[in-house]
Amino acid sequence: MALATRTARPPSLIGSVWRSTVGKKAVMAVTGLIMLAYLVAHMMGNLKVFFGAGEFNHYGHWIRTVGEPFLHREWFLWAARAALSVSVVLHGVAAYQLSRRDLAARPAKYAHKRPRASYATRTMRWGGVILGLFIVWHVLDLTTLTVNPNAQEGRPYENLVASFDRWYVSAFYIAAMLALGLHVRHGFWSAAQTLGAGSPRRDRALKFLANGLAALLTCGFIAIPVGVLTGVVS
Amino acid sequence: MNLTLRIWRQRTPEAPGAMTTYEVTGISEDMSFLEMLDHLNEELILSGDEPVAFDHDCREGICGACGMVINGRAHGPERTTTCQLHMRHFRDGDTIDVEPWRAAAFPVVKDLVVDRSAFDRVIGSGGYVSVPTGSAPEAHATPVPKAVADLAFEHAECIGCGACVAACPNGSAMLFTSAKVVHLNVLPQGAPERGSRVLDMVAAMDDEGFGGCTNTGECATACPKGIPLQSIAHMNREYLRAVVKGGRGR
Amino acid sequence: MSPFAPYSHYTVGAPLTDTAAPGGPVAGRWDRRRFEAKLVNPANRRKHTVIVVGTGLAGGAAGATLAEQGYRVVQFCYQDSPRRAHSIAAQGGINAAKNYRNDGDSVHRLFYDTVKGGDFRARESNVHRLAQISVEIIDQCVAQGVPFAREYGGLLDTRSFGGVQVSRTFYARGQTGQQLLLGAYQALSRQIDAGGVEMHARTEMLDLIVVDGRARGIVARDLITGRIETHLADAVVLASGGYGNVFHLSTNAKNSNATAVWRAHRRGAHFANPCFTQIHPTCIPRSGDHQSKLTLMSESLRNDGRIWVPKAAGDTRPPAAIPEDERDYYLERAYPSFGNLVPRDIASRAAKNVCDEGRGVGPGGQGVYLDFADAIARMGRAAVEAKYGNLFEMYERITAENPYEVPMRIYPAIHYTMGGLWVDYDLQTTVPGLFAIGEANFSDHGANRLGASALMQGLADGYFVLPSTINDYLARHPHAQVPHDHPAVAEAAGEAADRLRRLLEAGGDRTPESFHRELGELLWDECGMSRTESGLRKALERIPELREEFWRRIRVPGTGEELNQQLEKANRIVDYLELAELMCLDALHRTESCGGHFREESRTADGEAARKDEEFAYVAAWEFTGPGNAPVLHKEDLRFEYVHPTQRSYA
Repeated sequence: MALATRTARPPSLIGSVWRSTVGKKAVMAVTGLIMLAYLVAHMMGNLKVFFGAGEFNHYGHWIRTVGEPFLHREWFLWAARAALSVSVVLHGVAAYQLSRRDLAARPAKYAHKRPRASYATRTMRWGGVILGLFIVWHVLDLTTLTVNPNAQEGRPYENLVASFDRWYVSAFYIAAMLALGLHVRHGFWSAAQTLGAGSPRRDRALKFLANGLAALLTCGFIAIPVGVLTGVVS
Repeated sequence: MNLTLRIWRQRTPEAPGAMTTYEVTGISEDMSFLEMLDHLNEELILSGDEPVAFDHDCREGICGACGMVINGRAHGPERTTTCQLHMRHFRDGDTIDVEPWRAAAFPVVKDLVVDRSAFDRVIGSGGYVSVPTGSAPEAHATPVPKAVADLAFEHAECIGCGACVAACPNGSAMLFTSAKVVHLNVLPQGAPERGSRVLDMVAAMDDEGFGGCTNTGECATACPKGIPLQSIAHMNREYLRAVVKGGRGR
Repeated sequence: MSPFAPYSHYTVGAPLTDTAAPGGPVAGRWDRRRFEAKLVNPANRRKHTVIVVGTGLAGGAAGATLAEQGYRVVQFCYQDSPRRAHSIAAQGGINAAKNYRNDGDSVHRLFYDTVKGGDFRARESNVHRLAQISVEIIDQCVAQGVPFAREYGGLLDTRSFGGVQVSRTFYARGQTGQQLLLGAYQALSRQIDAGGVEMHARTEMLDLIVVDGRARGIVARDLITGRIETHLADAVVLASGGYGNVFHLSTNAKNSNATAVWRAHRRGAHFANPCFTQIHPTCIPRSGDHQSKLTLMSESLRNDGRIWVPKAAGDTRPPAAIPEDERDYYLERAYPSFGNLVPRDIASRAAKNVCDEGRGVGPGGQGVYLDFADAIARMGRAAVEAKYGNLFEMYERITAENPYEVPMRIYPAIHYTMGGLWVDYDLQTTVPGLFAIGEANFSDHGANRLGASALMQGLADGYFVLPSTINDYLARHPHAQVPHDHPAVAEAAGEAADRLRRLLEAGGDRTPESFHRELGELLWDECGMSRTESGLRKALERIPELREEFWRRIRVPGTGEELNQQLEKANRIVDYLELAELMCLDALHRTESCGGHFREESRTADGEAARKDEEFAYVAAWEFTGPGNAPVLHKEDLRFEYVHPTQRSYA
């Protein structure tokens, strides 16, 4: 009798989730949302730069002491760094693997070209690569201070101003933040879809939220180099 | 009307293909796009050329057999199937590009004919309710709220034409797969296999070489039956639900 | 063609009896047959191979069910996927005697309505079984997840259909056929995945293989590679649909064809009632010579639309400019009690008559108005839209006319063929081991099919009847292998290959389409909505000439070793050219009018169809004797013990 038609499932659920396009997208969505949440906090903290060196440097110091005395100094910071690093790596690896898959799934192009999906959608891949490179430079510049012209440990305000005083650094930063806006604009809505939060009723609200978050982050971050270049921050 | 057609011609799956130009004259605006191709083929046969191969059958927009990319759009400029597209949507003197569905999972068989059997295998992996003939309970034993029945119907309307895959820059079959998952998963009759269905169908879809979803929305725009993009979100939700519940069962 | 036996000089052979049908009270016959039928031990079923040709409602349901039972099923469809079979295009609904409305419906009433609707040319035993099984079909389909229309309370909705007085039609918007077919397709897909069904899509049956008098396999062509293959089995089931495409323009899918049934007929299966063809009154008229097929709109439109033509012939004013008193609502005038809801055959003929009088509307005068102005005034546009919105949309897409403002134009078109291979109560043809189910057989609809009955019959045959009756045949014929090099196998494959080679080598100057169109026009004119002796004789003279011209002038490009759609088409026309002749002969011999068959010579005083029960209460089963040779007629007498024949009256 051919009534039992099920075949055995691959033993590991996590393995099959990671192998599937839907599962991998879910990993991207979750890690993306983690990074997005971090960015919102990061931006809010950074805006303290407009309240002067004292307040900004105090904030920089506080980050290292969060959770004390329960946590040891910098434990929170390192935990956050670890979570972000894992997120970046998973997000990037999944994106790379999915992109390869997607390109292989459509090997032949149409002879008749026409404009397709929105700008933000089409720039997800290159935008992601730009953001990845930016993160590397950003860490070297303002975290490890390797390429920072001021490079004073514990003086983030002065390091920041010194870095943004160079117009090309600010320009690169602004370009990266515009890429970030586009990335978040499609990425947030896309993550909601991927995690199954999308529904006909919520669609407008989600798109509005995505645009709002993208605008907020882009404007918030860009305000800093603009402030430095215009002398508001010095 | 008179038209210039540029049509993808490819003799065999292995042979290289090319866009070939044909002039057609005396086209009536009441003709369907396929009748216009019939007209071209009649002329090609009589002039000793090979007629253009294309899939078609019911010509009423329901069997899902026809499908070609017309001027870069799956099924052409109107939101309908190719057989229900009429020449009145074109202008005299137009040049029209006609290409087959493009996707790694839909290899070209000949000219505009592609192999869509991957869709059948995705359905076979779980797109059903396991109810052998004769074992069904009385139809009124399980009432189904009208809203649920309507939601199921909206997704069951999929005709399996493949326009979603053709339109997707990633050659993804998410809209097709999600239409069947949602159709069956929202109904009480489909509940016992709810988890395994979505896991198996997604795995089968991936195995066939379709790409992943990047939420460009091209699929839902091309779908002649109006399967909504949210269908994909719904399937993702079903997938994650199945994972959280440990994979199988409800 | 032998000049000594003109085709119309048929002979009458021995009467045919349905030996499989049990006796006793009609309500107990199906139970009795199921009990008396031999069974195959579940452990032995896997040894039996059953070939199923076609994957529509009947074939899809049969393939899935036989595989569930444990048989090895090898199934074929010419489409690229079993999901595309033409059952998918059925719109209206499916009848079932559930009596959920408590409106007086019952199995017996459905049985009664169907025998009467078929104009007393169907078997009582078969129709009663159909009515009994109808209730199980709904259960099965609901369990599969078929999203039937429901009411707010969550229960299934039903509607009255085709002028029937009870609400027994279950539906899924205007796509009932699609939803039922997808249910069967899903069940079939499950069995394909499990290995119970070996599915050959894009493969077309070209001939039947008969070994020692029994059907043992088919010859089929892989439409992609062009390879001609032979497939052997213990039994063969044809579920290949009807032959409406003989008419070229019909509501059938473009590739629906008669090759499987016709080749089976040539191998010994009798063909029953080929002249019983149904013409559907509400199709969209043709817009020009380019027309490749006709599109049907659901009959439900006649519930609210009013049908009319101008009173004066040759009135070419736009409809809005024709005042009320210059319009002829001819159905309401001639049939006051049923009005626009008269049965399909009557509505179709009336439309033809007014068009023949020169009062038809639209291009070529081949159309009548179906006007919703009154309905919109009465119910409001929103209510009309809710009820018929999708049909109006479809109409507008095809014609570019807005039916909310301009009346629709409709014209009848060939829609369904009641005739088909003769089968006994077990659905077995006159070739042992060859079964025919669904529209491919002739069994249940008599001379006229009622609305929403085709889906019921296809699924009844596929899910419930055949899987029970085929056991009996298989149990009585233990599996015995036929060697692939058996002469009968090689001969059938060789013949098919020869036929294709001849088509490819003819190198003439006419396309397959041109012959199909010419044959279709001839048949529509002479063997369409109304038939006369002189017209049928004319067609019988013309068809052999056309056949001869076909072989002389056909041009098929390309080769046989590739996807060659023109070759497929030409090969189907070969069979149409023979089947058309049998249809005309059957129509000529049946000098009565009944159901879809209207002989102008057989009319009542007021011009309506006159049946001749004393002479023609039989099934005409034709035996093939050779191409162009007069066939032999075998009559199966019909006895009516429960529903007594009356002349239909809709005045």
